[in-house]
Amino acid sequence: MAHAQALPAFNDPDRRPGTLTIPEEDETRARLSSSWDEGSGLWAWLTSTNHKSIAKRYIVTAIIFFILGGLEAGMMRAQLSRPENRFIGPDLYNQIFTMHGSTMMFLFAVPVMEAIGLYLVPIMIGTRNVAFPRLNALGYWMYLFGGVLLYVAFFYNTGPDAGWFAYVPLSGPQYSPGKRMDVWAQMITFTEIAALIGAVEIVTTIFKQRAPGMSLNRMPLFVWAQLITAFMIIFALPSIVVSSTMLAMDRLVDTHFFNPAEGGDALLWQHLFWFFGHPEVYIIFIPALGMLSSIIEAFTRRPIFGYPAMVLSLITTAFLGFGLWVHHMFATPLPLLGQSFFTAASTAIALPSGVQIFCWIATIWSGRPRYTTSFLFAIGFFFLFIIGGLTGVMVASIPFDLQAHDTYFVVSHFHYVLIGGAVFPLFGAIYLWFPKVTGRLLSERLGKWNFWLFFIGMNVTFFPMHILGLMGMPRRVYTYLPEMGWGGLNLLVSMGAVIIVSSVAVFLANVWVSLRAGVPAGDNPWEAATLEWATTSPPPSYGHLFIPVVEGRDPLWDARNGELAVVTGLRTDRHEGLLTSIMDAEPEHRYEFKGPTILPLLLAIFGGGAIILAIFTPWGVTVGSIMSAIVLTCWFWPTISPDHDTPRHRRRERIA
Amino acid sequence: MIAGGLRRSAARGGGILLAGLFIACSGFQSALDPKGTKAATISQLTLFLVITAAVVYVVVIAGLLFAMRRASTRPLAFAHDDIEEPDRERTRIRWVASAAAASALILLLFMFVDVSAARSLSQVGGLRPLRIDVVGHQWWWEVKYPDLGNPHNTVETANEIHVPVGRPVFIKMTSDDVIHSFWAPNLDGKKDLIPGHETRTWFRADTAGVYRGQCAEFCGHQHAKMAFFIVAEPRAKFESWLTSQQSPASTPTDSLAQAGERVFLSASCAMCHSISGTGAGSKYGPDLTHLASRRTIASGTLPNNVGNLAGWILDPQSIKPGAKMPPNQLDPAALQALLAYLGTLK
Repeated sequence: MAHAQALPAFNDPDRRPGTLTIPEEDETRARLSSSWDEGSGLWAWLTSTNHKSIAKRYIVTAIIFFILGGLEAGMMRAQLSRPENRFIGPDLYNQIFTMHGSTMMFLFAVPVMEAIGLYLVPIMIGTRNVAFPRLNALGYWMYLFGGVLLYVAFFYNTGPDAGWFAYVPLSGPQYSPGKRMDVWAQMITFTEIAALIGAVEIVTTIFKQRAPGMSLNRMPLFVWAQLITAFMIIFALPSIVVSSTMLAMDRLVDTHFFNPAEGGDALLWQHLFWFFGHPEVYIIFIPALGMLSSIIEAFTRRPIFGYPAMVLSLITTAFLGFGLWVHHMFATPLPLLGQSFFTAASTAIALPSGVQIFCWIATIWSGRPRYTTSFLFAIGFFFLFIIGGLTGVMVASIPFDLQAHDTYFVVSHFHYVLIGGAVFPLFGAIYLWFPKVTGRLLSERLGKWNFWLFFIGMNVTFFPMHILGLMGMPRRVYTYLPEMGWGGLNLLVSMGAVIIVSSVAVFLANVWVSLRAGVPAGDNPWEAATLEWATTSPPPSYGHLFIPVVEGRDPLWDARNGELAVVTGLRTDRHEGLLTSIMDAEPEHRYEFKGPTILPLLLAIFGGGAIILAIFTPWGVTVGSIMSAIVLTCWFWPTISPDHDTPRHRRRERIA
Repeated sequence: MIAGGLRRSAARGGGILLAGLFIACSGFQSALDPKGTKAATISQLTLFLVITAAVVYVVVIAGLLFAMRRASTRPLAFAHDDIEEPDRERTRIRWVASAAAASALILLLFMFVDVSAARSLSQVGGLRPLRIDVVGHQWWWEVKYPDLGNPHNTVETANEIHVPVGRPVFIKMTSDDVIHSFWAPNLDGKKDLIPGHETRTWFRADTAGVYRGQCAEFCGHQHAKMAFFIVAEPRAKFESWLTSQQSPASTPTDSLAQAGERVFLSASCAMCHSISGTGAGSKYGPDLTHLASRRTIASGTLPNNVGNLAGWILDPQSIKPGAKMPPNQLDPAALQALLAYLGTLK
């Protein structure tokens, strides 16, 4: 395979894309640096509102949770490696599998996808920060506190133990006494707030802050994916807000929403939970599709084939994603005719994914692929995700699902979907964008080890689970009897888990080595087309020196033989950005981004404190609300800086 | 030579695959070894789905590999510059559109096969069905054979369901505490037991045999050890089993067993368990009237023999940690008497 051969055109330093030759460049750079600099030290760290520093923390935190969730999976695999194993008992096992699911879904997958969006979207669309920088900081702190709450509780033997799906009545006050499920419900509250904040940031930033000329039909597919995901979050999360609050109230103040003995209903929880829980899968998967488009475009060196079909497929997936939730409930007493609609929707959703896969194959077909680690992860996606997608169509069938449901077949199915469909693209994305974020390339040699170990380990771990499930092994069992005949395959599965662990270890080593002694990346090491590659690596705090003007879908390729047009005339002595129209990105207003402040952290401490205290006493809500109200008053206190445009003088400014 | 090598490795691969399927079929709790009409229909459907999915997988991956191969044969240049050849791009559009159309057709076929299978499974066929009531408990199964004509003849048992071969069995289910799911894969798919709801399912065993099932919905500490057995037997054998189960427990005749009955009634056993014909009538734990006739104890966890029973009575928490049965302190004589008594509950 011919890979990593640099292109002559790009090696010519005078013809690099984004090379700017504006005379006042140095002066502008100095002024932007001084106005956007947030300083260093602990205080600067705690008060930062720059989307890049917040998103970096977000990503690092999410990867730490990924490792913790992986260690939990490792413990489960150790326990299940042989029948009647006594490594961990049922009490700890139930906590661990609940922690694994909750961590991977709420603390790793959704946050890491949003966090990468919060880092890249502003740079990719050519703006300086997200729309509401302080709110963005609040989102991170809430997420962090939620995760810390869960793990502190776990280490004090108060980890939730009723599953990440927390079915009532098992998770209710009668069958889960103690504080374990309260911790779970409140952790959900934290992550809901963080996810909704991230979604609002992404939608607003994309709709109003795109570089002039980047009309909706010129947005990179990654940005489309982030936009669509953010809308899904806004529509799906209210359902879990309602249900987790009802559960917390059932547990804390004796409402009986889910108690059949008092007129409540156990099935209500399942509808509410899965109305969120199924879109949740697509909230994880759609950003990964966006990442894949970025990877495939960069490494085949041609635009993604069928851009309109790709965008429409993403939107269709998002719509259909809301019509699938009952396929988690085929074994409940719902009428067959009603269930059949969900079979239809669950089958139909394979089509938009199929269209995207075909478009990517057509892209590769007519491209010039370079088999970098990042691209290998994208190729790995095809091999793994298609298996998960096809078993997904299988479990859409009601009769088959009634055999496969709640068995290891389903465990296998959704790990193929989520690891193959989201984690592989995520690793590909890390290999693609790590040089941009850190300024250093990851080692390709370690990268290949990382990929192949992961690919092999993944298949050794999860493929045999299909068979185990059909052999009758249910999910969420802490042990099984020797005469069941599941011992051999379980041992194989556990050995596969060891391979995955070693792959992640190689990845961490790769990151560590690169951060210390990686090859400097330069602005655009992959000769990719999108705007994030026009700025330096790592990008300065203000993103782009000049806001670019976009004239096509692949601005840096279009500008390969010339220069990138830019916007001048924005103020550099304050955090000024440009607001543009939703459809065509025509300049409309100037806008000042808020600067660093401690208020988001304070609000997270008081608001989060209220949420945590509420586990122990309803008074937590009262006290926390009053404290939060004080912080919010400070937050929204009108301030007018001397040079601020007052509304009376605000006007549309045309920027040529 | 290369072809020979390929053939050999293909043969080896096929062997491994077959071995895998063989392993999968030999389990006694397995969806791949159908022994009832519903499970048989589902397993045919499974075979259809697996084969179609495998074909689709192979075709798509072949397309990907072909695309990678073609792309790698081109001189290294910037693809962005020459994608504007309209003919080639149009060919690609045709390919992608045909692939999407083919996918849509395959998905429609899937839908059609799914829905018709689901329809046929929902229709109870054949003889007048036998009705059985099942109630889920943490972590055991309460089983009742209601006799609507004569309530005295209603049979109560636990964790073991006897059914006649060839006659449909209609099961009415609910749960006493949390959600459970009733699943005996050799006979049928699963159905949830939900507190406050009544669910129904039916199945028909076509071959005599003992089929293991287990709870499929996570239900707390001992979800893993909440199994049951379905004993499918010829009609006459089933009827005689039912008749014997309808009778109350026989009064023990030898003195050891009589002492055991006194132990049962005076120790904590009678607080939770019932034995018809005695004063023990609590419904908290499984009915023990015909305990000795069952194959296993502790919900399919241990074979039913004196040693296991003694261990279970003295220290259930070491066998099923978290189970609702407390440890019992009995002196050896009392234990021996109790075991002798329980042994008479045929």
